[in-house]
Amino acid sequence: MAIATHDSRIVGKERFVRATPVAELPAPVAMTGVIGWVRASLFAGPLNTILTVLTVLLLIWLVPPIIDFLFVHAVWTGADREACLPTAEHPEVGACWAFVRDRFSYFIYGSYPIPERWRVDIFFAMLAVGIFWLLWLEAPRHDLGALYFFVVVPIVSYILLTGWPLIGLRAVDTSLWGGVLVTIVVSWVGIVFSLPIGILLALGRRSNMPAVKLFSVIFIEFVRGVPLITVLFMASVMLPLFVPDAYSPDKLLRALIGIAMFASAYMAEVVRAGLQAIPKGQYEGAMAVGLGYWQMMYLIVLPQALKITIPNIVNTYIGLFKDTTLVVIVGIFDFLRTVEVSRIDPKWAAPTTSATGYVFAAIFYFIFCYGMSRYAKSVEARLGKADRR
Amino acid sequence: MSQAAEAAPASNSALAVEIVGMHKWYGEFHVLKDINLAVERRERIVICGPSGSGKSTMIRCINRLEEHQQGRIIVDGTELTGDLKKIDEVRREVGMVFQHFNLFPHLTIMENCTLAPIWVRKMPKKEAEDKAMHFLTKVKIPEQAHKYPGQLSGGQQQRVAIARALCMQPKIMLFDEPTSALDPEMVKEVLDTMVQLAQDGMTMLVVTHEMGFARQVANRVIFMDAGQIVEMNEPNEFFSHPQHERTKVFLSQILH
Repeated sequence: MAIATHDSRIVGKERFVRATPVAELPAPVAMTGVIGWVRASLFAGPLNTILTVLTVLLLIWLVPPIIDFLFVHAVWTGADREACLPTAEHPEVGACWAFVRDRFSYFIYGSYPIPERWRVDIFFAMLAVGIFWLLWLEAPRHDLGALYFFVVVPIVSYILLTGWPLIGLRAVDTSLWGGVLVTIVVSWVGIVFSLPIGILLALGRRSNMPAVKLFSVIFIEFVRGVPLITVLFMASVMLPLFVPDAYSPDKLLRALIGIAMFASAYMAEVVRAGLQAIPKGQYEGAMAVGLGYWQMMYLIVLPQALKITIPNIVNTYIGLFKDTTLVVIVGIFDFLRTVEVSRIDPKWAAPTTSATGYVFAAIFYFIFCYGMSRYAKSVEARLGKADRR
Repeated sequence: MSQAAEAAPASNSALAVEIVGMHKWYGEFHVLKDINLAVERRERIVICGPSGSGKSTMIRCINRLEEHQQGRIIVDGTELTGDLKKIDEVRREVGMVFQHFNLFPHLTIMENCTLAPIWVRKMPKKEAEDKAMHFLTKVKIPEQAHKYPGQLSGGQQQRVAIARALCMQPKIMLFDEPTSALDPEMVKEVLDTMVQLAQDGMTMLVVTHEMGFARQVANRVIFMDAGQIVEMNEPNEFFSHPQHERTKVFLSQILH
């Protein structure tokens, strides 16, 4: 090619000094652009090509029926099961969205008294503001945001949701709570408490103090060693046996404590992995400039350890979010339970009601979990960029 | 072997560092054996010896990155014991520079330098930044203040590490093989910085194999082998007339 000018060839024992620098050339077309991508990703070899073809066939086989079910044959309006029954004109009935629309507020609020539901709406709004504030990385005053999210929101929403007759908020028993409200409350409590408690447990497990270390190890291993369902059963069935009824905490609260403990134990192990990845030199550097233990952890070790554990932390959060459905075991009406109850309601008994309910539940969980996953990805990319700087 | 240490009373705070009959074990392994050393203020000591001879361990005992099991270590009049307060006190007055820099990669150069003054000395941020700028100028990299350690060359990072230690205005500086991890062309810039520091009168204990540096700035050179101080002398004598057999062998191996 053109670059092969005489001064870049060395023949035999000929001496060589480069007189002019070699110009940079664009990469060959076959390596870049759409064609390059297709060649490299879809048709790189015989196996790759076969897999591409098979995948395309699979999609052709699967996607149209799904679209038919969800949209084309779907029933969008209706007052009861009649709307979703197959008839002579419509022998094929897809998703019964009318059912979801009818029961939508039950899915969101459960049996929360209808005149009081604005309180739940305010709770959702407050939570959304807090989440947005903390997750939006350029937002001003993250310290205030954290204070708001971890102190103001819990107190205000506790008063708001359970009620406080003194200021005119009717008391609402937690047995009436349900649906998305419960799912969000349970996972939020799990998420908010598991990280700080998990960090403390992880530090405790690596501590030089035998008592602290022993306590952390026993707590982590014990809680991790039993299934979440057992923890929930213990919290809801066994606790009342030991504690007199009057002092026994609320059923939902007991489940919340169980979930928070469970999530903390898992989080502790995730954080510990991150702590172990920090080189000894960082600890020594921090100690040598005179930082104390907590300063060293807060300023030097944890920022780096948590950064590398973000994928695992989010993974734990996603697992936790889905695990919250297990509270149905102890009789709490979370979102999935409200779907379950509604789909067997005779008022909406139709061939596709159950499927529609489950699809709706799947979409709900998917949006939240995928949202968490994408957010974590963007944070990672951002922090990764900071590393390359 | 050790002459000065025996004579001086243990609490003599005219000495910067005083080590008396110090022993250290790693499990069953006896790493440091009967170390006696008295370092006067403004004195510069270079410590050399084969790898595994305990020289790094010894200077790491001076700011308690390593614990000693027997004997006494008195730094700037404060004896190092299990007392955490005392340890913090000593670490505030003793700066350390490591072989692998140990800068904090998630903080900018400026933040690396101001962190300890702000959090440990409770200095106002503005003052800490002025001070950091002063020392960064001194090590000749003020223009890098807002970059991250990963963006700097090894030599620059090590100079930042020196500036970071200086920002705490230590009375004593420890250097643990500061040039061993550097590319050859960067060794000089770090050594120049250290020479300048020596000329400013800093008390320095330097573990290094840079014999040129030792000749130029050291008041005393210590040779360690198998966890003991084998020979200690002023540099000219040390290099021209080594006494101990081990010292002769070692010097013949590193000075070609």
